[in-house]
Amino acid sequence: MKKIMIFGAASAIAQETAKLFARDGENLFLVDMNIGRLEAVRDDILSRFKTKIEIYEMNALDFDKHQELFDKAIQTLGGLDAVLIAHGTLPDQIKTQEAQEMIIREFNINCVSVISLASIAANYFEKKKEGCIAVISSVAGDRGRQSNYIYGAAKGGVTTFLQGLRNRMTHSGVSVVTIKPGMVDTPMTAHLPKSPLFAKPGVVGKGIYKAMLSGKAVAYLPGYWRLIMFIIKMIPEWIFKKMKL
Amino acid sequence: MIIGDYESWGRYPKYKPNDVFSVYWRNEIPDLGKFPNKILPYAWGKSYGDSCLNENGILIDTKNLSKFISFDEENGLFRCEAGVTLASILDFFVPRGWFLSVTPGTKFISVAGAVANDVHGKNHHNSGSFGCHVTKFELVRSSGERLICSNEENTELFKATIGGLGLTGLITWVEFKLKPCPSAFFAMESEKFYNVDEFFDINDKSEKTFDYTVSWVDCTASGSSLGRGIYNRGNHAHPEEYEIPKLPNQKLKSFPFDAAFINSFSVNVFNMLYFNKQINRIEKNVVHYDPFFYPLDAVLHWNKAYGKQGFLQYQFVVPFGNEKDTIREILKQVSGSGMSSFLTVLKTFGDMKSPGMLSFPRPGVTMAIDFRMNGDKTLKFLESLDSIVRESGGVIYPAKDARMSAEDFQKFYPQWTEFEKYIDPAFSSSFWRRVTKKINN
Repeated sequence: MKKIMIFGAASAIAQETAKLFARDGENLFLVDMNIGRLEAVRDDILSRFKTKIEIYEMNALDFDKHQELFDKAIQTLGGLDAVLIAHGTLPDQIKTQEAQEMIIREFNINCVSVISLASIAANYFEKKKEGCIAVISSVAGDRGRQSNYIYGAAKGGVTTFLQGLRNRMTHSGVSVVTIKPGMVDTPMTAHLPKSPLFAKPGVVGKGIYKAMLSGKAVAYLPGYWRLIMFIIKMIPEWIFKKMKL
Repeated sequence: MIIGDYESWGRYPKYKPNDVFSVYWRNEIPDLGKFPNKILPYAWGKSYGDSCLNENGILIDTKNLSKFISFDEENGLFRCEAGVTLASILDFFVPRGWFLSVTPGTKFISVAGAVANDVHGKNHHNSGSFGCHVTKFELVRSSGERLICSNEENTELFKATIGGLGLTGLITWVEFKLKPCPSAFFAMESEKFYNVDEFFDINDKSEKTFDYTVSWVDCTASGSSLGRGIYNRGNHAHPEEYEIPKLPNQKLKSFPFDAAFINSFSVNVFNMLYFNKQINRIEKNVVHYDPFFYPLDAVLHWNKAYGKQGFLQYQFVVPFGNEKDTIREILKQVSGSGMSSFLTVLKTFGDMKSPGMLSFPRPGVTMAIDFRMNGDKTLKFLESLDSIVRESGGVIYPAKDARMSAEDFQKFYPQWTEFEKYIDPAFSSSFWRRVTKKINN
């Protein structure tokens, strides 16, 4: 029985991954910013599977409580085997680019808090010489586009950070999994018109579960995004800068 | 969200709401009294007519209230959020040996919708309607109250909400009984009948030994073949008695475009082929619950096969007495009209009473007939069927209706004035406004 902490556990994608681990009988420590949501997620899982679930209310922006959170999780579950960092926001690009304080806030949520949590996890697992750190980044971090570059840059920062962290942690037998979902049909994207490229949270959640079990370095979810992003990255900058993407 | 997506299953009438508000968490229900227009809950849009529509009003989309809450294995008591589909309940529970106590002919409906329409299924003759198995639910009112309704608390609202067409408040969760099942399969028999009398003879003997019964009727047949069809009956298949096949691995197909694929030619051909497909008088099979209960669910959006103008389903129940003559008369009208129906279903209801104040099922014979919407011609024809139903003391099913007159509704459901007291003042629907219009004598 493994012990897994999920940060941003009330997100539609993380819930799906949590259910699969619960089905396997793993113990879960679920963190999100609203206790009512966490209770709903916990009840949903426990009415399906027999396992142990702890819930913990915390805002990712409370940086100085990050260490305390890990101490609490390790104490409650009696150790940790894996961490999934899944929280995030999708800001409105136009509104955000016009307001400096919003840019900083988005970076703090989608990049700084993620790096902070992953760093604490890394220091713990490095000593243990085993473990798994999985983080939801995004295909948006692969190349900056005018329609979404603040979110994209924050995710790009996470992706680059995880590359370096993976390089460091491999020597300690710890896997670092970068998850790059494309567009997913969740409350976060409810306001966007849907296209056939949108994936269901269940599909992405299962992809994360599998990637964490196998310790895969980078998982594009669904897999076709690897090809799409390969093509987008191949476009020369002098052409790309004139495109409306 | 895209407002145009919020249509009813029959895609007639085409009423659009002014706005849609989605709820995601049962503890974060907005103040229902603050909306500028009348509101109506909406989940998967499987009501056929306008009972799930709210023209110029606001729809509260509950399909994201999709969580399970608890399961009491000892008593089979299951509690889940309003938007949970019967499909997701079956997916999870059938492999663990539990089945729905009552299910209608599609599994893509929400549990709150099952309550609000007090839906029925193939086992009505022994198990009643969905509402007979509901023990409790939570109702959020525009006053801000969150009421637990059951046989013990808020009893009147409990009765009004079952079959209450979503008008008494917002259901956030429902608790109801599941029943043990020995496998995902059913031991099914199909028996051909060649007229209405034969249907009733077969029905009398089948209902005694089969938990589930329903018949398909060839409504294109006339003369000496009038009322021919195939009687389907089944029981849960016990692994000790039957060889249980491997689980089918079927992928859902979706009807790809709006096309008036269903017309009188294709309907005639289909009905003829369907009746003659079965060579023996009686055939026996062990089938999975999907083809047994939900044959049409295999093609998502099959409603699009009727084309953009949509279709109407005419479902009524007539009390026992002169039911044979009534069914014959209706079939005569339908086969003679040339507006033949793709699927016509015939079934008898039992006498188990639902707590629902405005519920449709009652002892008698029910029949559901699909008609392609062909403007006034279709509407006129259905009015002629109304008079037969009216004269035989029957009623029409609100969940399927898009056109019955206010006069008929108020005669069919005289308890509507009593029911009206329990409607939440912030709630309304296109259906309700239509059928409660003042009648000028």
